[in-house]
Amino acid sequence: MSYITKSPWIIHYDGSSCNGCDIEVLACLTPLYDLERFGIVNTGNPKHADVFLVTGGINEQSREVVKNTYDQMPDPKVVVAIGICATTGGVFRECYNIMGGVDKVIPVDVYVPGCAARPESIIDGVVRALGILEEKRTKMTEKGGK
Amino acid sequence: MNEQKHTVIEIAVTDLLKKAEEYHTKGHRLVQIGCTPLGDRYEINYTFTTAWDFESLRITVHDGDEIPSISGTYWGAFIYENEIHDLFGLSVTDMNIDFQGHLIETRVPTPFKNPPKVTIVSKGGDAQ
Amino acid sequence: MSNQIVVPFGPQHPVLPEPIHLDLVLEDERVVEAVPTIGYVHRGLEKLVEKRDFKDYVLIAERICGICSFTHSVTYCNAIEHIMGIEVPPRAQFIRTIWMEYSRMHSHLLWLGLTADAMGFENLFMNAWRLREEILDDMEATTGGRVIQGSSKVGGIRLDIPDEKLGEMVDHLKSIRPLLEESNRIFTHDQTVRHRMRGLGVLSKEEAWDLGAVGPTARGSGCDMDVRSTGYSAYGELGFKPITFPHGDCLDRCLVRSEEVLAAVDLVERAVAKMPDGPIEEKVKGNPDGEYFAFSEQPRGECMHYVKANGKKNIVRHRVRTPTFTNIPPLVKMLAGIELADVPVVVLTIDPCIGCAER
Repeated sequence: MSYITKSPWIIHYDGSSCNGCDIEVLACLTPLYDLERFGIVNTGNPKHADVFLVTGGINEQSREVVKNTYDQMPDPKVVVAIGICATTGGVFRECYNIMGGVDKVIPVDVYVPGCAARPESIIDGVVRALGILEEKRTKMTEKGGK
Repeated sequence: MNEQKHTVIEIAVTDLLKKAEEYHTKGHRLVQIGCTPLGDRYEINYTFTTAWDFESLRITVHDGDEIPSISGTYWGAFIYENEIHDLFGLSVTDMNIDFQGHLIETRVPTPFKNPPKVTIVSKGGDAQ
Repeated sequence: MSNQIVVPFGPQHPVLPEPIHLDLVLEDERVVEAVPTIGYVHRGLEKLVEKRDFKDYVLIAERICGICSFTHSVTYCNAIEHIMGIEVPPRAQFIRTIWMEYSRMHSHLLWLGLTADAMGFENLFMNAWRLREEILDDMEATTGGRVIQGSSKVGGIRLDIPDEKLGEMVDHLKSIRPLLEESNRIFTHDQTVRHRMRGLGVLSKEEAWDLGAVGPTARGSGCDMDVRSTGYSAYGELGFKPITFPHGDCLDRCLVRSEEVLAAVDLVERAVAKMPDGPIEEKVKGNPDGEYFAFSEQPRGECMHYVKANGKKNIVRHRVRTPTFTNIPPLVKMLAGIELADVPVVVLTIDPCIGCAER
């Protein structure tokens, strides 16, 4: 199962972000930053994905979608909340439609702050998440071995 | 400072459809429909233009009033009228595409609606 | 008669970086009707005017959208400045214009890349985004932010660009201009691009006008419509001509944007050449009282910020009409009659910015 750390696939969903963090996530995948050099592939299918990147706070309509996407992902899986809105709600925390950060709906493993989060910190966050993914995988195999 | 020309014309709700049709025949495009809650009433601006001389028709409505839809004249108006229905709780009649309140779903229903009048009840008595 | 089926498109979909939902009514492979549902990123930030004072609110206005961010903050500032009668110093106006044109370049390059990606043209996507990074480098060097700048404020701008840096920016643009031209040449001449976009999703000039299309969507249909012609900020002094294309199909909407990237380079060069000296901000005293409709041309089209204030430090109402919101009815018209496989490309050609549309 060591292929997971060598070639983790990511899925990205925009909770209710302003696009700033979304385009920075996309910028990470393009030539200058090139997340793909870690073997990372951006997929649109939750069943293919190991890492879930969420940008923006959670609102009434996106709550179900985020939860659904998370449930469809196979174990082990990690969630990275990107940007201050995904972390705590950010400048929009007092808006009537925002429930708060992503952790109100699904468990979050890595928080990446910033408005908008810089590509360097997003890459840092994803790499940190890969470590957690590996830990989760080891725990799963130990459990399965018993 | 560069001032953009903008004329605001106040009209009655009943004249709205007729006026909108006039603008349509004159070849104006619909720029926007926007609503402003002002405590006890709402102002709705319908902005039209041909080039860059903007003109706004302004109607004043209250909670519970019905607003006729101009989507019969301007097909694209449905998007603004549904927005007004969803965020301000005003009813717009005869829209060409009616989302029945599902265009924008919010945690708080009709968040921009004017707050209801509060009657202060004095101790031990009923409100007058 | 064949059967009709309904295919849901979105909100979580591989080609969409942002959530929008369309119910596509199909007859075989052809779309008969499309019904959009939005609200997945509705935050309700217009209501925040009650909690933030009018000067702090600039930062919220900027975060309506992370791509047209700078233009949003300038338009909001314009509205407040008009109400309060503040005369913004010319140097601030020129620098705002330069940053607005930089936003346009980065936004259009981003869009050109995404469209190439939707067509399956991966190399072109990577190429456009590589060029975009060059633009963002100068944006970051001058404002400190890549996509959210926070450098505009009521009465002027927060920081000045030194004259030698302006010179360097022009030199940098000169050096990447051949690369931009090369990328434009691919969009104009490449067989793959023409095959996917020519004659697709046609919107006639009359329809565009009648349905309220704005920005490149309208200019791709031959409507000569660009708010920059009214000469807000420094556009009046720079000389400006809108770029239009006549066919109204996806390719023409694409060409408008690729030409506008080069036009933006020219505008920046002219602005630097005419750059006046002087202060960069005007003192703001008191609170706004009155109302104003401020219009501006964002990368995606005409945008309106309506501000109504009553002399208190919190304004009464801030209403934003964004270009994507008004481009939804034309999109619904464009989608009728095309094949299901072309839906992603057509949706992208209005340059949907859902963060803007739903606020």
